[in-house]
Amino acid sequence: MIDLRRIYLDHAATTPVDREVLLEMLPYFTRFYGNASSLHSDGGVAHEALEKAREKVAEVINAEPDEIIFTSGGTESDNLAIKGIAYKNKDKIKGKGPHIITSSIEHPAVLETCKFLEKEGFKVKYLPVDRDGIVKLDILEKSITKNTFLISIMAANNEIGTIQPVEEIGKIAKDYDIIFHTDAVQTIGKMPMDVKKINVDMLSISGHKIYAPKGVGALYVKRGVTLQPILNGGGHERKLRSGTENIPGIVGLGKACELAKKRMSKDIQHIKNLRDKLIKGILENIEKSYLNGHPEKRLINNAHFRFTAIEGESLIMDLDEKGIAASTGSACSSKKLQPSHVLLAIGLTPVEAHGSLRLTLGRKNTKNEIDYVIETLPKVVNRLREISPLWKK
Amino acid sequence: MSAGMYSEKVIEHFRNPRNMGEIKDADGVGTVGNPICGDQMTIYIKVKNDRIVDIKFKTFGCAAAIATSSMITELAKGKTLEEAMKITRKDVADELDGLPPIKMHCSNLAADALHAAIKDYWEKQKKRKKSGK
Ligand SMILES: Cc1ncc(COP(=O)(O)O)c(C=O)c1O
Repeated sequence: MIDLRRIYLDHAATTPVDREVLLEMLPYFTRFYGNASSLHSDGGVAHEALEKAREKVAEVINAEPDEIIFTSGGTESDNLAIKGIAYKNKDKIKGKGPHIITSSIEHPAVLETCKFLEKEGFKVKYLPVDRDGIVKLDILEKSITKNTFLISIMAANNEIGTIQPVEEIGKIAKDYDIIFHTDAVQTIGKMPMDVKKINVDMLSISGHKIYAPKGVGALYVKRGVTLQPILNGGGHERKLRSGTENIPGIVGLGKACELAKKRMSKDIQHIKNLRDKLIKGILENIEKSYLNGHPEKRLINNAHFRFTAIEGESLIMDLDEKGIAASTGSACSSKKLQPSHVLLAIGLTPVEAHGSLRLTLGRKNTKNEIDYVIETLPKVVNRLREISPLWKK
Repeated sequence: MSAGMYSEKVIEHFRNPRNMGEIKDADGVGTVGNPICGDQMTIYIKVKNDRIVDIKFKTFGCAAAIATSSMITELAKGKTLEEAMKITRKDVADELDGLPPIKMHCSNLAADALHAAIKDYWEKQKKRKKSGK
């Protein structure tokens, strides 16, 4: 039998803070608590830590330190990138419908920001994706108008894990001289991200998806790209993000980026092996089970299934009792009572979307845990199918 | 929804649903909900002398939908049809020590399914009388 430890398979939602990250952070709460803007030496220590972290974050994406702006997380980074560039461009193309291109499967941090800008007079094109969740590049290119100033497309999707062809998108953006932003919140540490190779102008990072704490993140802003700040105040972070810097959080983010870089090849091998075993085990052991998202172009830690005739929330509740933490795109688990927009965008029917299950792995998961999931999940699916009027053998 | 949002009773009925299954020769069958919205339930009843002598359910849906289905079968079993018609959605939720507000509408269809099953039984009775059986 498995011990009482929880099997955490929801790393796309959040990750635990790594011990090394925590230890690095701790002195900055009680010992080195200075304000990085202060002139005295206590401020100097904080300032030094801030700049050291900036270097580490820059390194993981091959950027320059002065291109990193610290924020409160992925949501703020996305908002700053999109609103910041939008407000800069509003006057330039006034009255002509300044135009943004994004995808229909973005995280709400991007989607809702774009919807907000639509109310302010911007035009937005939400690109469709294919059945695997890949943005259609021909439609992207056809959607470009002379008023298009921004393309914002995520590096990899948080639900189905599909990886987008960001290098090709970067090339298109460059050819048409359009700013390219990518939400890389889910990809850092899981695949190499090189801002120079991708040709990206802005890139969002979130701490809590990469073993740093919640509430800290960063935005890469390429030299030469100017933004209008969305937070006004004391002019921190090159005037782009006012507010006394969250030094412990930023130190944690820096350490997490350092570890992400150092451990990437080991992480990829370990996690991908387990993930492949999990996918194979589930598809083999559960009839009428399917994989959502692209079979190969997917994040190394993402397994996303759908099971005919059952509903995801009850599946999550049952797995929870068995000690397994997972997630679903079913409407019944969301506050809006709508099935996931991502699952609908890849062409699933609402009923199919309700039967979805996302399992996202992390560094600490073990082979034993995956074996237990492969053994337990079929039982749980069978129990719910027995209760379901939609299940017909 | 998280496990902590549900009462212990909801969780208990979800994990150990009572009277789950079908009645092949049911006297009345009621189906409500829509799988597109994530919930569908069917209630089967056997009736003798205007009393529900057996009742079973099948449900596609969230933990609340399954728990309310289970609870309604317990509430209705042995009751007269008149009594069973008076069971409300609120009664079901109260018996389960409450439901999260967001679940009160969408997943609390069990009383409707029961009433539909009883009406189905009455319809069938009427037809039977007409055809003189
Ligand atoms: C792709 C993506 N973008 C943005 C966010 C938001 O990040 P944060 O929670 O740090 O605001 C998330 C996490 O939920 C995400 O997965």
